[in-house]
Amino acid sequence: MLEIKNLHARIAEDGTEILRGLNLSIAAGEVAAIMGPNGSGKSTLSYVLAGREDYEVTEGEVWYKGENILELDPAERAAKGLFLAFQYPVEIPGVATMQFLKTALNEQKKARGEAELTTPEFMRQVKQAAGELKINPDMLKRPLNVGFSGGEKKRAEILQMALLAPQLCLLDETDSGLDIDALKIVADGVNALRSPERAMVVITHYQRLLDYIVPDTVHVLYRGQVVQTGDKDLARELERNGYADLIEQHAA
Amino acid sequence: MSDHAEKNARPPATAAETSVFDSYDARIDALPGSSAVRRMRDRLMSELQDQRLPHRRMEAWHYTDLRTLLKAVPEAFGTGGEAKGVAPLVDGSNVLTVNNGEASVEGAPEGVSVSRFADRLNDESVVEFLAAQGPEDAVSRINGAFVSDGLVVDVAPGTVLDAPLEIQAVHSTGQAHTRFPVTIGKGAKGSIVERQCASGEGAAFTSSITDLTVGDDAEIDWIILQEQGDADTHLARVNLRLGANAKLMLYVVNAGGKLVRQEVRAVVEGEGSDFKLRGINLLGGESHTDVTMVLDHTVPSTTSTEVLRNVVFGKAHGVFQGQIRVAQAAQQTDAQMACNTLLLSDDADFSAKPELEIFADDVQCGHGATVADIDKNHLFYLMSRGIPAARARGMLVYAFLAEVVEELDDERLVPALESVIAEWLRANG
Repeated sequence: MLEIKNLHARIAEDGTEILRGLNLSIAAGEVAAIMGPNGSGKSTLSYVLAGREDYEVTEGEVWYKGENILELDPAERAAKGLFLAFQYPVEIPGVATMQFLKTALNEQKKARGEAELTTPEFMRQVKQAAGELKINPDMLKRPLNVGFSGGEKKRAEILQMALLAPQLCLLDETDSGLDIDALKIVADGVNALRSPERAMVVITHYQRLLDYIVPDTVHVLYRGQVVQTGDKDLARELERNGYADLIEQHAA
Repeated sequence: MSDHAEKNARPPATAAETSVFDSYDARIDALPGSSAVRRMRDRLMSELQDQRLPHRRMEAWHYTDLRTLLKAVPEAFGTGGEAKGVAPLVDGSNVLTVNNGEASVEGAPEGVSVSRFADRLNDESVVEFLAAQGPEDAVSRINGAFVSDGLVVDVAPGTVLDAPLEIQAVHSTGQAHTRFPVTIGKGAKGSIVERQCASGEGAAFTSSITDLTVGDDAEIDWIILQEQGDADTHLARVNLRLGANAKLMLYVVNAGGKLVRQEVRAVVEGEGSDFKLRGINLLGGESHTDVTMVLDHTVPSTTSTEVLRNVVFGKAHGVFQGQIRVAQAAQQTDAQMACNTLLLSDDADFSAKPELEIFADDVQCGHGATVADIDKNHLFYLMSRGIPAARARGMLVYAFLAEVVEELDDERLVPALESVIAEWLRANG
């Protein structure tokens, strides 16, 4: 489903290279964890895949469902089924949450040539998804993410993911800022979306999240490259030994 | 002799000035009014001929040099029947119409009496009312010289307007100059919408003055919606006075016109009264739009707030001048002014000039101005959810305005204004 080949990317503003020849392959149905120390390029990878303008791809290809998506803008990528759950979702005063959700859903449907949702159908879907994620309906009456706690923001991201039903989900540090109860709710929400047609890339600094979202594969990112690939045991090993050994090994 | 020498030193009249002077000569005999009114019109026109159109060396016109900006003035005058009305902003409104400067008295609701300003022009008492307010008051001079009609509106004390009252001024092409003396009786409440719209393709040159007196305890939202065509020039002025404990929100929405000057001359002269100016400037193309306010607080314990939100696309220029003057007697005045601009192109600009003149010592006064572009992080977030760039930008522009839109007291006006903004963004965004 996702094939990343020799990807090089730098910060557009100052030219700092972050991704330095990254290779990664993820199949449909797979849940892949991306781990790595701070500054290894985990968040950059998620932003580059989502199409953020602040990064410049200088080399390499990103194939998604047989198409090189690097030329597409973020909205086009989203309409093709790519979704990024942000580490820090932005607050946007003046944009009503419900209107935002409906616009996003219907714009994606329009782009794919599907029929738009009617308001009652939309309301039903939101109500159901919000219930499963234990989201207070009053929260959805507020402007987008405005005044949401850290945990509410993360749940709202998963709510969006559930409604938009993407095929490739990128979860960027979804566990950061969550207490254990909130983490379980979010993990349950993510697990409910696991399916043979859907791939997930779970970016995390810590093993903790992977106790709840158990990955099929674990990839270790260091200095903008995947330096090690394994199964869920690799994550446990990293948790025991930290990244120090790895850093030493690659510094040599 | 020196007078003569000064006249000789004047630069030659511009094409627009020549058209204004020539059209006065052609039009004057057809204009209504007593002989005293005729003398006042002649006086206003001769002052205009002496001073010419206002230019950047006049302080009040520094950012809107009419001499340079006004390239041409149509010499013809439209006639009533050519202008077609539009659907009211809010369904069920009571609509009064003025077509190409010709007013109709039909449509007033209970508690509101309406007569034609053309009839008032035969009354001697109107003469002083037409005079200009100082040397830089070109809008009153042009309007007073040419005014043909308008509506005299009296809202009886205690009247509560169930539906908005909409005064619809529709212009096709050519000139139209109107005047609206409006008196709001004690304790009356409601929303009044003044619309300036175009129904023709050609250029219009219009002026409109509203003299609004808000009685004690009255609570009024007065909404001015400017939606003229992109070749039209509109010179407007609102003179307003607030009685004791009166509340007035003057809500100016500029969403059209090529060259627009909206002046506000406010006197907060009733104790306990509250004045609000809200402005939404939607500017695009090569338009030039100026909102200039002079506000006097003359008595103790009054409040005023001014909030302008400007969205500027293309090569448009916007201006806000806001002058607040607090007299020595006006202790415990609370006046706050904010002007926020979203600049959406490199060629767009906006000039903001706040001025506070405070002679009382126990007052709260402040002002602030910001200029920004759309937040890239916001745009990326919306687009990452599949919302295309143009739509996402539109949502963020609307978000910038939303806070002001939601201040309208009549809930029916909120969705109406939302659609005006959405439509404008579709055409200009």
